[in-house]
Amino acid sequence: MQDMAKNLTMMDGNEAAASSAYRMNEVMTIYPITPSSGMGELADAWSAAGKQNLWGQVPLVQEMQSEGGAAGAVHGALQAGSLTTTFTASQGLLLMIPNMYKIAGELTSTVFHVTARTIATHALSIFGDHSDVMAARSTGWAILFSSDPQEVHDFAAIAQAATLRARVPFIHAFDGFRTSHEVSGVEVLSDNQLRDLIDSDLIRQHRSRALSPDRPVMRGSAQNPDIYFQAREACSPYYEAIPAILQQVMDRFADAAGRHYHLVDYYGSPDAEHVVVVMGSGAQTVRETADYLNAHGYRTGVLHVRLFRPFPISALAAALPATTRAIAVLDRTKEPGASGEPLYVDVVTALNETLASGTAPFNTMPRIIGGRYGLSSKEFTPAMAKAVYDELQKPSPKAHFTVGITDDVSHSSLEVDNSFEIEPKDVVRAIFWGLGADGTVGANKNSIKIIGEETDNFAQGYFVYDSKKSGSITTSHLRFGPRPIKSPYLIRTANFVGVHQFGFTERYPVSDGLADGGVMLINSPYDQNEVWDHLPKAIQQKVQITGARLFVIDAYEIAKQVGMGNRINVVMQTCFFAISGVLPRDEAIAKIKEAIKKSYGKRGEAVVQRNYEAVDTTLANLYEVTIPTREADGRDLPPTVRLEAPEFVQKFTAEIIAGRGDNIPVSAIPADGTFPTGTAKWEKRNIALEIPVWDEELCIQCGKCVMVCPHAVIRAKAVNEEVLGDAPAGFKSAPARWRELPGQKYTIQVAVEDCTGCTLCVEVCPAKDKSNASRKALEMQDQLPLKQEGIRNWDYFLSLPELSRAADSMHFNTIKNVQLLQPLFEFSGACAGCGETPYIKLVSQLYGDRAIIANATGCSSIYGGNLPTTPYTRNAMGRGPAWSNSLFEDNAEFGLGMRISVDAQTAYARSLVERLRDTIGHDLADGLLDADTSSEHGLEQQRERVAALRGVLAGNLSAEALDLLAVADNLTPRSIWIVGGDGWAYDIDYGGLDHVLASGKNVNILVLDTETYSNTGGQASKATARAAVAKFAASGKNTAKKDLGRMAMAYGNVYVAQVAMGASDSQTMKAFIEAESYPGPSIIIAYSHCIAHGIDMSHGLDQQKLAVESGAWLLYRYDPRLEAQEINPLILDSKAPTIPLKQYIYNETRYRVLQQTDADHAEELLTSAQEDVNHRWADYSRMAAARVQL
Amino acid sequence: MADLQTTWLGLDLKHPVVAGASPISRTLDGIKQLEDGGASAVVMFSLFEEQITHDSYVLDHYLAYGSESFGEALNFLPDAPGYDFGGEHYLTLVSQAATALDIPVVASLNGVTTGGWARYARELELAGAAALELNIYFVPTDPGLSGADVERIYLETVALAAGQVTIPVTVKISPYFTSTANIAQKFAELGAHGLTLFNRFYQPDFNLETLQAVPSLVLSTSYDLRLPLHWAAILSSQLDVDIAVSGGVHTQIDAVKAILAGATVVQMTSEILQNGPGRLGEVAQAMDHWMTEFEYTSCSQMRGSMNMKHVDDANAYLRTNYMRVLNSFKPDPTGWGR
Repeated sequence: MQDMAKNLTMMDGNEAAASSAYRMNEVMTIYPITPSSGMGELADAWSAAGKQNLWGQVPLVQEMQSEGGAAGAVHGALQAGSLTTTFTASQGLLLMIPNMYKIAGELTSTVFHVTARTIATHALSIFGDHSDVMAARSTGWAILFSSDPQEVHDFAAIAQAATLRARVPFIHAFDGFRTSHEVSGVEVLSDNQLRDLIDSDLIRQHRSRALSPDRPVMRGSAQNPDIYFQAREACSPYYEAIPAILQQVMDRFADAAGRHYHLVDYYGSPDAEHVVVVMGSGAQTVRETADYLNAHGYRTGVLHVRLFRPFPISALAAALPATTRAIAVLDRTKEPGASGEPLYVDVVTALNETLASGTAPFNTMPRIIGGRYGLSSKEFTPAMAKAVYDELQKPSPKAHFTVGITDDVSHSSLEVDNSFEIEPKDVVRAIFWGLGADGTVGANKNSIKIIGEETDNFAQGYFVYDSKKSGSITTSHLRFGPRPIKSPYLIRTANFVGVHQFGFTERYPVSDGLADGGVMLINSPYDQNEVWDHLPKAIQQKVQITGARLFVIDAYEIAKQVGMGNRINVVMQTCFFAISGVLPRDEAIAKIKEAIKKSYGKRGEAVVQRNYEAVDTTLANLYEVTIPTREADGRDLPPTVRLEAPEFVQKFTAEIIAGRGDNIPVSAIPADGTFPTGTAKWEKRNIALEIPVWDEELCIQCGKCVMVCPHAVIRAKAVNEEVLGDAPAGFKSAPARWRELPGQKYTIQVAVEDCTGCTLCVEVCPAKDKSNASRKALEMQDQLPLKQEGIRNWDYFLSLPELSRAADSMHFNTIKNVQLLQPLFEFSGACAGCGETPYIKLVSQLYGDRAIIANATGCSSIYGGNLPTTPYTRNAMGRGPAWSNSLFEDNAEFGLGMRISVDAQTAYARSLVERLRDTIGHDLADGLLDADTSSEHGLEQQRERVAALRGVLAGNLSAEALDLLAVADNLTPRSIWIVGGDGWAYDIDYGGLDHVLASGKNVNILVLDTETYSNTGGQASKATARAAVAKFAASGKNTAKKDLGRMAMAYGNVYVAQVAMGASDSQTMKAFIEAESYPGPSIIIAYSHCIAHGIDMSHGLDQQKLAVESGAWLLYRYDPRLEAQEINPLILDSKAPTIPLKQYIYNETRYRVLQQTDADHAEELLTSAQEDVNHRWADYSRMAAARVQL
Repeated sequence: MADLQTTWLGLDLKHPVVAGASPISRTLDGIKQLEDGGASAVVMFSLFEEQITHDSYVLDHYLAYGSESFGEALNFLPDAPGYDFGGEHYLTLVSQAATALDIPVVASLNGVTTGGWARYARELELAGAAALELNIYFVPTDPGLSGADVERIYLETVALAAGQVTIPVTVKISPYFTSTANIAQKFAELGAHGLTLFNRFYQPDFNLETLQAVPSLVLSTSYDLRLPLHWAAILSSQLDVDIAVSGGVHTQIDAVKAILAGATVVQMTSEILQNGPGRLGEVAQAMDHWMTEFEYTSCSQMRGSMNMKHVDDANAYLRTNYMRVLNSFKPDPTGWGR
């Protein structure tokens, strides 16, 4: 039962916003983008479940192909008279800007709810700052900032009410992640409260302005110099009215809900001399800091700005104390080259104007300085806020500063005393270190719900996630105490530290935050008597110094006993409640069980009972450790990366890996976002519990394991036998089974520290023991006992020579041969068992030494380019893929630009060779210009010629010679790869992709088709197949998958292939080779099984096979070159379907779940989906059978 | 015209040809087709209790799989307001069928554990099932498990289910008991009103390309009738339970044999999967013709007239007959080596 006194519901900021927005609108157009996706997902799920809005209607939720599309659809829906909204962030908001100008220009009421997020500049960042909202500040929209989940909920409603009255559209912004993902107590507004806030007449007026053929008008005219200007000015009164309208709504809201907000809220000492002006969640931090400082003799204040546009000049000036002597304006954005960041500039202007007009509260202009903080969710702590106040006290404060970083380049940063903490003693603080997907975060969300809703405590939870998709860590920060908790910053010292995997004790500073007298709980395979000796010295010391109590539990063992795998959430949650004493033990157990019933009840009684069993088993296995009094004698932590790593990796990459990236100064960071490749290999993550072990006698050397390994951790080499003379003991090899490699030895080795344990290699291995069919040439075994030997063998393996690519005898057109090529894409942070990465790795093996990759934003850009490391690497000659990510919506064009650019430089180089023929020598010039580079051998010869050219031109200082040297590398062909997912290719950049296909240019497009927006959590795309459930298609997708390949084929001059490595690796290989060799645009659509399918990833290849056998995924190649030979260019590599569709799809949760939620609808969709398959097969087989008519 | 009326599990049927548990009954339309095809009663497809538990675990696993780990994708599938792993759907279907059909609808529960049975047995009765068929499918692979242990599992299951409901219960058993007659008697003592002979264990085949065992389902033929026929003859002569012969009934001849052996009803499944529900009525009608031709007046007259008690040579059901058959078998050398 809820505590009626508090009446709070625990929810995150996204839910808080969606709760109001959904009920106050009729139409929502949505598109996924982090961190706003949660709002759209909730809206879609509620709509699918029939939840009604304030007017008893179920809002219509429409996913669009991009945010540009979403904004366009909003515009249209508004013009047609519906109350309409959308949710977005960052690049999404940028894409909406053109329409936002229109919507505002037409004085149309709407609210966009924006989780303020960093805009991609030198790098993409999914985290929070105000750069996106600031980029939209000139659109003519009102901008209202909320600063915690309660405000988000309230302001979502207030903005809706205000926009209807003001007619000016509103951006309702709140900080991405910090507010959007913070779980906090929210007093949920009732439908009546929301209804009372809105004047129904205004809605009717909104409708009366809509386009209707019954009262036709035209809108969206083109105007000329005669009237445009005046028309633009005509809207001014509407803007002038907004501050008063908004305040009226806020006052009305206060009457209804009891929370009174203002355009700007002054907080702090009434006679403050030093005031900080700030918006968003940072305002809460400054308010808490000001409270603390004022209690300790300071006279400080905070001007908390809620309305940023129209800028509330009068309200701002009126709110400042007359005693104000110095003001620091904090902006959570950077505007390079500006006189200051936007809020700073506005404050300066406002105070200048009010001082000049005599409306300022003071006669002398206070000193105003401006600072940047919190970019990309950089922590903004009370210590930093204090540094700002301290700066204001200085006689000559920095006019423009940064806080929260060390800027040793421009020296903008303020000194921060990080020991400054203001956490009240009666607030309990807990940090939990969890392994991604082990349930830690979910359990903590549950705990927060129990504490925040069912005890007298107020509670707050914030969760820090990983940028890796496999073996990731999460940290949960939980606070609870007797007063409402804002504190939008991470916990630095905690009364309770939970370490949910023992391995973390070695890799992360888990004990750093342990408070004096705190408690530490470790999930440990070692019992209370053994564990101490297995802890590193740093943790032992910390426990002894703080006098902390230490508890252990073998949570994995309990989870295993009750059949929960590695889901230790309930076990650790039970321990937390048992130890922390936040509730009496029995009551806590009862509450946990209630929460289990609530959370899992709908998933079946069996699931509930299993969780109950975990709770009941836990307490008997929880032990306190007696802390030895002897001096800590544990081992020291190993270095983060090996000592032989390059200096950049040691000084930069390793610091980020170790979790010390916040300490890296500006000077150590490349200013233009350029980083070396080949860094993933230094980040030894050791995440596999089991690794594959090779049986050289059973192995048939087919190379399938090497091909499918998503992380390039299993590799093969063939070397001369004598080379292996110094092999370490236990290094396995077998005679190489190649005619071309007589007398050589073949070996397969595993990077034991980089393997994720996905088992795809074992699954694909076709070699079985004749006496025991369950035994294969690869078998999974425990990593730990094999680790040291494995590291030795791997190092030795790397030292063995790579096979020469240029050898005439080997043709790299079979799986067996290509396995011997060095992958230049390795150890990515992709999900264990990822279905995408094997294709990229294949590209890197075949063409990596000459590839430039344009990568669309999405999974492949995250595992491809999320710091600290990149999986792209280089070979012994220093060559490898050059990689870049521009945006999500422009990647095809980005890649085409690369092609054109290379072509231009190649043409220039060729022309210079011609011009410098006499200097270079005719033979070399002819060689360079007439080179046959169609083979590896030819390419190598050309590279040698280019090297010779460099030799000849060395020291030649003529302009032409220097120019030629600058472009000479382009004389060797470049392979341009445009890579992205289906969300990119089918949806957001389809227009660009289409144009690139039509361009005729020689690019290779690789579409990693997971049939869903994987990176943002599985939203439907146009690649999603009929009958599949996805976010934004919660009741099953009703339309067929778009046939991208067929659309591409329609051009006639595009090479098109559809492949599925798990169904036919040889067909896949052929397609990649043909695509590269085709001298025009090529597109390969590659089936990529995905965690978002709800499958056991170790069976991903089996699912690919079933997809093909059922006809759901056709394998084909369309090669326009065949037409010249009077051969049908379409080669259908698939056979006629041999199994019904359901045999494939119902192995996947994405399909099966519909049977469990709406069996009849599932049946209908299955029937239609089977018809899709039948029709497609009929069409393709007819097309493939057709004779070419020339 | 013979009198084909039959009382099975206390239910008055117009004839003894019942639709056995099959996928056709997965939809209301399918069930109606069975009635329209001439079935005198419908045994619904089996509700697999372990399947429900398994699906529940699987869904929980995949909804949680990879969740709350990566900042951009806190989960990968929408979590619906509620799920049905077949149980609720089944109950609804039983309820709809019971209302829509004029013939009795018999629910079928398949499982071995005791946990979920009780609940579903009760709810199936409430949903309107006229009777309950317990399909106990258990493959004892554990060498440590004795025959007595296995029997105990069966008996506990039957006792539990029978204790939950007031509607009649029939138990569908396998032929693999050390003493089939003995355990059949125990089932009757525990409250089973009927026995269904027999369920068919799915026997996996081998794929020689992949060296994997693959599940396969082979439909019955009339040849498969012999085993249930044999046991119907043995059990009907000794036990006061209604016997349903299931497995191998394809024609009126098969059905007649079953009734002669002592079956109260026959359940047809493979035949209707192959040739449609219309076969139910056809077989019933053909039975009528046969009985008329051979001057049987009613099913009750015919029932058990060839069971172990009534057959001229009871040895036909006993070991002596077995030895006689073996000894009379003469291999045909000309057929070897083909």
